[in-house]
Amino acid sequence: MISAPPLRDPAESTAPRRLPTRPTPPRLLAGPLLADGAECFASHRTRLGRRPVGGAWLLDVIDRSGLRGRGGAWFPTGRKWRAVARAATERPAILVVNASEGEPLSSKDRTLVEHRPHLVIDGALIAAESVGADEVLIYLSRPSRQATQALRHGLRERRRAGLRELPVHLVHTAHRYVAGESSAVVRRAGGGVAKPTFSPPHPSEIGVDGRPTLVQNAETIAHVALVARHGDAWFRERGTDDAPGTTLLTLSGNVRFPGVYEVEVGTQLADVLEAAGGTLSPPGGVLVGGYFGSWLNGPALDGARLDPSTITLGCGIVAVLSRDGCPLTEAARIVTYLAAESAGQCGPCVFGLRAIAETMTRIADGDADRGDRTRVERWMAMVAGRGACRHPDGAINHVRSALEAFGDDLDNHLAGRPCPGSARLSLTPPPTRHRGWR
Amino acid sequence: MTNPAAGPGPRLRLDPTRCDGAGYCAEIVPELVTLDDWGYPIVTREPIPDGRVLHLASRAVAQCPRVALALTVEPDRA
Repeated sequence: MISAPPLRDPAESTAPRRLPTRPTPPRLLAGPLLADGAECFASHRTRLGRRPVGGAWLLDVIDRSGLRGRGGAWFPTGRKWRAVARAATERPAILVVNASEGEPLSSKDRTLVEHRPHLVIDGALIAAESVGADEVLIYLSRPSRQATQALRHGLRERRRAGLRELPVHLVHTAHRYVAGESSAVVRRAGGGVAKPTFSPPHPSEIGVDGRPTLVQNAETIAHVALVARHGDAWFRERGTDDAPGTTLLTLSGNVRFPGVYEVEVGTQLADVLEAAGGTLSPPGGVLVGGYFGSWLNGPALDGARLDPSTITLGCGIVAVLSRDGCPLTEAARIVTYLAAESAGQCGPCVFGLRAIAETMTRIADGDADRGDRTRVERWMAMVAGRGACRHPDGAINHVRSALEAFGDDLDNHLAGRPCPGSARLSLTPPPTRHRGWR
Repeated sequence: MTNPAAGPGPRLRLDPTRCDGAGYCAEIVPELVTLDDWGYPIVTREPIPDGRVLHLASRAVAQCPRVALALTVEPDRA
C-alpha cells in the first residue's frame, strides 16, 4: 500500500502535487508536512520520544527484524553489524552514513535527510553505539546543500537541548556515480579520492583510518531509529517475509506526479503507478532499480511487485518510459554516462564499458552493423566481474536487460529502422559529466 | 557471496586497479591467464594444482611490473 505523498521530482519539475489515492500511514516520512522542510528537534522528540540507547541488545533485534540495506544491495543489516561489532572489540569502529546518492534517478536519501534529519541522526547514534563505534561520519555529495544545512542545524539543536552524544561529522564528496560504493566511501572519508579500492580487507575489518567501519545507507539508518523504538515484530508488520518494512521509492518519467514515495516492500508496481496519478501516456517499459537496474516490459509488467527477491529493486527507482520513447536510446545514453563515470582504475571497466557504450549508441541510432549485437554480447560476458567494484557489472546488467526486454525494438534497430521516438528523450537524461573525485 | 571456486589450493589473484595490461602474465602462464580484447588479463579462478603450472604462476607474480598479481590461499572475497 502506498503511504506517503509525492515529494519532489528528481528533475525538479514543477508538476502539480496531490495526495496519493490510497494513503496508509508512512513510517520514515510520518510527521509534519514535507512542504514544511526539516522537522525540528522538538517536533521529532514529541512525536517519537527519546531515542533508545543502542548496544549489543540491538544486534539481535536488527537480526530478527530482517532489515536489509536500502542503498541498493539489500544485504542483511544484522550480518553487516555483527562483522563490524566483532572487529570493534580490538579498537573502536567508525560509522559512515552514506547519503551521497550518486544515482541520478534517485532523490530519496536527500529527501529523507532534508526532511527528517533527526531520524537519520538518531539512527546513526543508535547504530554506532550498537556496533562499538565512537564516531559518526555522514557522507554527502557536495551539491546537496539543503541536506547539509538540515544536518548542521539538527546537530546544533541537539547540542542546545543539552544532549551529550557521540561526535557526528559531515564529509563531502564530489558527486560521482561510484562515490557511494562502500570502499570508495571509506577512501573518501579517510581524506582520499572517492574511488573504489580492491578488497580485501573489507571495510568492516579495516576501513576509515584503519578502523573497523560500518558503511550504511541513510535510509537504512533511519529505519534503525524506528526499529530500536518499536521492535522487530512491528517492523515486520509491513513488507515481505524476506524483505520486511517500508521503503522509499523515487518515481520519475512518464507519471503524473513524480517524486519520492514510501511504500511497503512488495507493493505492486501498478499500485505505485496509480498512486503517482497514473501514466501520462501509455507506458512503454519501466526501468526499476536505476542505472544498475533492469527494464520491465510487456508481460513482465503485469503483476510486477517491488520486491528485491524478484526484481533488481536497487535503491528504489521506478522510471517509466512512454510508449513513443525508445528504450534502447535510453539504455545507450545511460551506459555512455556510466562508461564516463568509471573511476578509470580497471582496464576492463574503462575500455569494456566504452566499447559497449559506443556499440549501443550505434544500435540506438540505427547505424549498427551485422556484428554489433554479437560484439556487445561478447563484451558483456568478457567484462562482467572483472572490476575492483561492481560498476561494470551494474552497467552490463542494465544493457542486458534492455536487450532482453525490448527484443523486437532491437531487431528493428539492427535492421536500420530505429524507433521513431529515438530522438525523443523520455526519462530524465543522465547528468552532464561530473568533475573531480573529492 | 558464495564462490564456486572456493576450496583448497592457491589461486592467482589480480588487482585490476594496479594492472595496466603489460601482458607478461599471459605469456608466462597461458594455462591460467588469457588476454581480453583490450589486452587486459582474464585470470582463472580455479585453484592451481602443484607442479609446473604453479611454478609458472609464481614466476608471473614475480614478473608483473605493476605488482598486480598475487598467489593466494584465502578464499576469494570478490
